[in-house]
Amino acid sequence: MLRFIASRLARAALTIAMVVTFAFIVLRLSGDPAQIIMGADAPPEAVDAFRTAWGLDEPIWVQYFSYFWAILQGDLGRSMRDGRDAIVLVTERIPATLALTLPALAIKICLGIPAGIYAALHRNSLADRVVMIIAVAGFTVPSFVLGLLLVLVFAVQLGWLPSGGQESWRHGILPVITLGLGGAAVLARFTRSAMLEVLGQPFIRTASAKGVPWRAVVTGHALPNAAIPTVTIIGFMVGTLIAGAVVVESVFSWPGVGRLLVVAVANRDLAVVQCILLLVAITMVCANLIVDLLYGLLDPRLRAAPGKAA
Amino acid sequence: MPLVSLTGLSVAFDGAPALRGIDLSVAKGEAVGLVGESGCGKSVTWLAALGLLPNKARISGSVVLDGQELIGAPPAILEKVRGGRIAMIFQDPASSLNPVHRIGKQITEALALHRNMVGQAARSEAKRLLDLVGIPDASRRLDAYPHELSGGQNQRVMIAIALAGQPELLVADEPTTALDVTIQAQILELLKDLRRHMGMTLVLISHDLGVVADSCERVAVMYAGRIVEEAPISRLFSAAAHPYTQGLLGALPPMDGPRRRLAAIPGGVPEPWAMPPGCAFAPRCAHRVAACDAGVPGLIPLAASHRVACLQVAQVAMPRESVPA
Repeated sequence: MLRFIASRLARAALTIAMVVTFAFIVLRLSGDPAQIIMGADAPPEAVDAFRTAWGLDEPIWVQYFSYFWAILQGDLGRSMRDGRDAIVLVTERIPATLALTLPALAIKICLGIPAGIYAALHRNSLADRVVMIIAVAGFTVPSFVLGLLLVLVFAVQLGWLPSGGQESWRHGILPVITLGLGGAAVLARFTRSAMLEVLGQPFIRTASAKGVPWRAVVTGHALPNAAIPTVTIIGFMVGTLIAGAVVVESVFSWPGVGRLLVVAVANRDLAVVQCILLLVAITMVCANLIVDLLYGLLDPRLRAAPGKAA
Repeated sequence: MPLVSLTGLSVAFDGAPALRGIDLSVAKGEAVGLVGESGCGKSVTWLAALGLLPNKARISGSVVLDGQELIGAPPAILEKVRGGRIAMIFQDPASSLNPVHRIGKQITEALALHRNMVGQAARSEAKRLLDLVGIPDASRRLDAYPHELSGGQNQRVMIAIALAGQPELLVADEPTTALDVTIQAQILELLKDLRRHMGMTLVLISHDLGVVADSCERVAVMYAGRIVEEAPISRLFSAAAHPYTQGLLGALPPMDGPRRRLAAIPGGVPEPWAMPPGCAFAPRCAHRVAACDAGVPGLIPLAASHRVACLQVAQVAMPRESVPA
């Protein structure tokens, strides 16, 4: 078990290092931050001074290694815009984002999983078809379309809810629903196919053949097996808690990490963008690690050796 | 009075018939073999009897267990019958056990359902059952998962689960098909032993005449969703009357004498949605006459407990000289 975790942590570190490198290269190649931040009309001396101040005049590989070295020491750099620490800028936005993504995750799970199970148990019934039509619509419609549609209906036409901003909890309702419905649709489809797959297995027939009532066959025999693929999808959703709301935050003018990312990319505010990407990579890697550990818990076949697993 | 009698049992999937009127009685304590090739309806017969087919199956006819009609019976009745009075084991033991539950739990689940045993009592009974079916180191195996056991051991576990409810009838659906030949023999021996000791009735479903001959007293041969011949096992081998049964016996390799080409039955089984109007075997039959296509022949008694569904039986039936072991 310890070896398993150690190898996973090593792989996680490698993943994060790759993300950092990739982000560095792409951002450096996609335009001159000094020029963008100072503006096109800035005098060349001012732009040069900015370059010197931020170390942008050094050779690229020197910049890369000093950047990497700083990260290893826990220094994620400062925003080129207002000079504050990037990590502070980012972390102060996290609560706002979680205020959207956590309730949305709850909606995804509480709506998507039961809908998927119900559809699988009533395969080809009217209810199954309705659930699947909604589910397909739910994940083919992009979130900005759904968001704007909800604004149109509930904010503009009915006037029940505000269309954007973060003044009260009521402002969060539409963005949470926008995020939640799309994810619930994805989860419903995955849960349905996982359940159908399991319900067709011979051990389900064995359980019925020994006299287990159908309800107990579903809860005791089918669900624990269907949970294994479903957990993968939920893990992926947990991984996007920090940066999964970029589009929705923009549509609803919600001051979270996602909007900060959009602004920082537009400004080539390198330290902030890299700080967010690092945070996203870390959450994704942690979510994957948790999923891997849950697999071992849910599926005895995946435990290393009998008797040795936790 | 028979323990179970099936009368006119028919099953159709999406309009295509899988079973076309099965009449079969099983007496208490006997061992009946059900043979036929894949898709002839051997398994469907018993899955239908226990209500284990998917909802889209259309079932008609009657299955009576000790005076209780099972077709259309409410779930509460069927749940008591399944595992409690009629238990069933299946072809592929590895996938027939739940991969995420321990062996012990899968046995005690049946004990709780049919014998109200829970806790330590259930656990020690589960251990006794594992001992009974010949699993070594039973108390440790209770905590094993199916993937930690071999195929043969998993089939023994399946048998232990089946025995947990103390059923009167065990339906073994191709119990040895997925196993190695040596393990096959062990499992068949175990089934025979259990039957001797517990006086249990056995229905053995197999595509292998040899397996059935070894374990059963009586055999019913199925073809395309119907029983075409039913006889005591020794009589079937010495005086098979249906051309299909004769074809099956002719396809068995002889144990002695010179090597010869095995006699194959020409043609193939008709598809369920394209059944011939009369005898389903007629298109492949050497003795076919016009009357064979006029209607489906019923089972005609030929001798004591020997029935055959063939119009031409007077021409066809003749004792065979050689009787395979």
